[in-house]
Amino acid sequence: MSTTLPPYEVIDQPLDTQMTISFGPQHPSTHGVLRLEMVLDGEMIVRAIPDIGYLHTGMEKLFEYKKWQQGIVITDRMDYLNPLGNNLAYVMAIEKLLGLEIPERAQVIRVMMCELQRIASHMVWLGTHALDIGAMTVFFYAFREREKIMNLIEACSGGRLTPSYFRVGGLMMDLPAGFERRVKQFTDAFPKALDEFHTLVSGNTIFQSRTKGVGYISTEDAIDWGLTGPCLRGSGVKIDVRLTNPYTGYETYDFEIPVETGCDVWARYMVRMRELRESLKIVEQALARLRPGPVKADAPKVVLPEREAMKTHMDALIHHFLIITEGFNVPAGEVYHPIEGSKGELGCYIKSDGGAKPARVHVRGPSFVNLSALPIMAEGEMVADVVAIIGSLDIVLGEIDR
Amino acid sequence: MSIISDVIESTKAIIKGMGVTLSYIPKEKWTVEYPDEPVTMQPRYRGQHLLHVDELGREKCVACFLCAAACPSECIYIIAADDPRPAEERTGVEERYARVYNIDYGRCIFCGYCVEACPKDAITHGYNFELSVYSRADLLKTKDDLLITKQLQSPNYRVAYSDEDVNSEYKEV
Repeated sequence: MSTTLPPYEVIDQPLDTQMTISFGPQHPSTHGVLRLEMVLDGEMIVRAIPDIGYLHTGMEKLFEYKKWQQGIVITDRMDYLNPLGNNLAYVMAIEKLLGLEIPERAQVIRVMMCELQRIASHMVWLGTHALDIGAMTVFFYAFREREKIMNLIEACSGGRLTPSYFRVGGLMMDLPAGFERRVKQFTDAFPKALDEFHTLVSGNTIFQSRTKGVGYISTEDAIDWGLTGPCLRGSGVKIDVRLTNPYTGYETYDFEIPVETGCDVWARYMVRMRELRESLKIVEQALARLRPGPVKADAPKVVLPEREAMKTHMDALIHHFLIITEGFNVPAGEVYHPIEGSKGELGCYIKSDGGAKPARVHVRGPSFVNLSALPIMAEGEMVADVVAIIGSLDIVLGEIDR
Repeated sequence: MSIISDVIESTKAIIKGMGVTLSYIPKEKWTVEYPDEPVTMQPRYRGQHLLHVDELGREKCVACFLCAAACPSECIYIIAADDPRPAEERTGVEERYARVYNIDYGRCIFCGYCVEACPKDAITHGYNFELSVYSRADLLKTKDDLLITKQLQSPNYRVAYSDEDVNSEYKEV
């Protein structure tokens, strides 16, 4: 049975035992500008209601005023810890409508970069989650590892937080020279760092007692509230879009989906820590599969021509001008494409009326749905545990408010 | 009894954590002391734009407006003009040139679409990332600020070679 919340009542008795306080939006442990309206009974939480919208930027509406290819830069700014995943969801939805065939090399690079991005995103989560609970050291080492990945993303796309690396029909450009060696360097060094994190955090009794049994959400509730990603797998459900609905060739990679049955903060922590190793495995496999080849689909009316061809061939130059000034038309239709972002199922719903701009773009953000289960998890816990629960949800407010 | 064992366990955890921290003390530092030391940028880094000139010092831009059309944030403002003078004395490579070329860095999102769009390689992203100003009006950069001949190289960054290791600024641990 699902837990239904009783209707919220305003407590208007200041000297009674219950008290309503505002947690955030400027609280650093809310990972942005989340505000919680907490009804407390002493130290115990009676209700914790998330109040969102402080970072609302109207991105979904903005899509409708931009050409298809210009929308990619907007997706970068939604979940700013997982921009390549956002790029992929948006781009693949458009490719589905266009019926584009993506070259093998581009697909392998997409998988590799997405998994690197997932590691980077989990590094931020690990650092801040541990920092919220009081373990400060791991923050620095986690951000060191993230910095390496940021450098890799910067090397191939030019942007660190806003790469816009995936384009409709392939990639922005091919990987730079020597990139494989750099990724190899990272994957060789990362397991050692991961062991260090386990020493610092997982083996720490203080961390364990702060997280075990905290923020409980049962398997039924987790499904009913629509949780996805590590939050759902921490409640013992083995659902991962990479497994259930494979895209960009994930079905050909050998990796496991970590599942924990603890249903608490500790279980969600362990799922993500185990996921890091699986992501590393996928990166290594993708690295072994990299073969020379084109990175852009053969669709001259959609994909920008190579620069050399654009300067020497008249027809390429005409296509170049047309794509940039007028954009390309996408056949009318509706499409939904889910991918497994670092935080859960990241879906992009797109409606096209056949023009050069989308008629409607809606994003199913995993953070937004996962946050909705916070009242269930926080009920009956202590005030200090709320930061642990928020940390275990791994929310990004840029995606929640959009 | 349980309190004593709790204390012992917690102390052990802290000592273990301190062990990792202390093991880093003799090792080389990973951080860069910006601005005392330069930051290393990757070759493809997208910083403040550069407007390029040819070997005679003429601007490459032909004011085709492709960069303005590609820009998602509409931050590029161009006024085109014709220069009837002979080829050697002209401002631009071609007869048509951009009399005004402004980029509003209050709007620019550094996506690189203008660079991709330019058919003449007249605009590229430079590496300058130090764009903070005291007044909003100063964020509007004109041709005088953007031309490659007018920009000064800041000592606060260096660009990695294209095949250089990503982590070259760090020492191996």
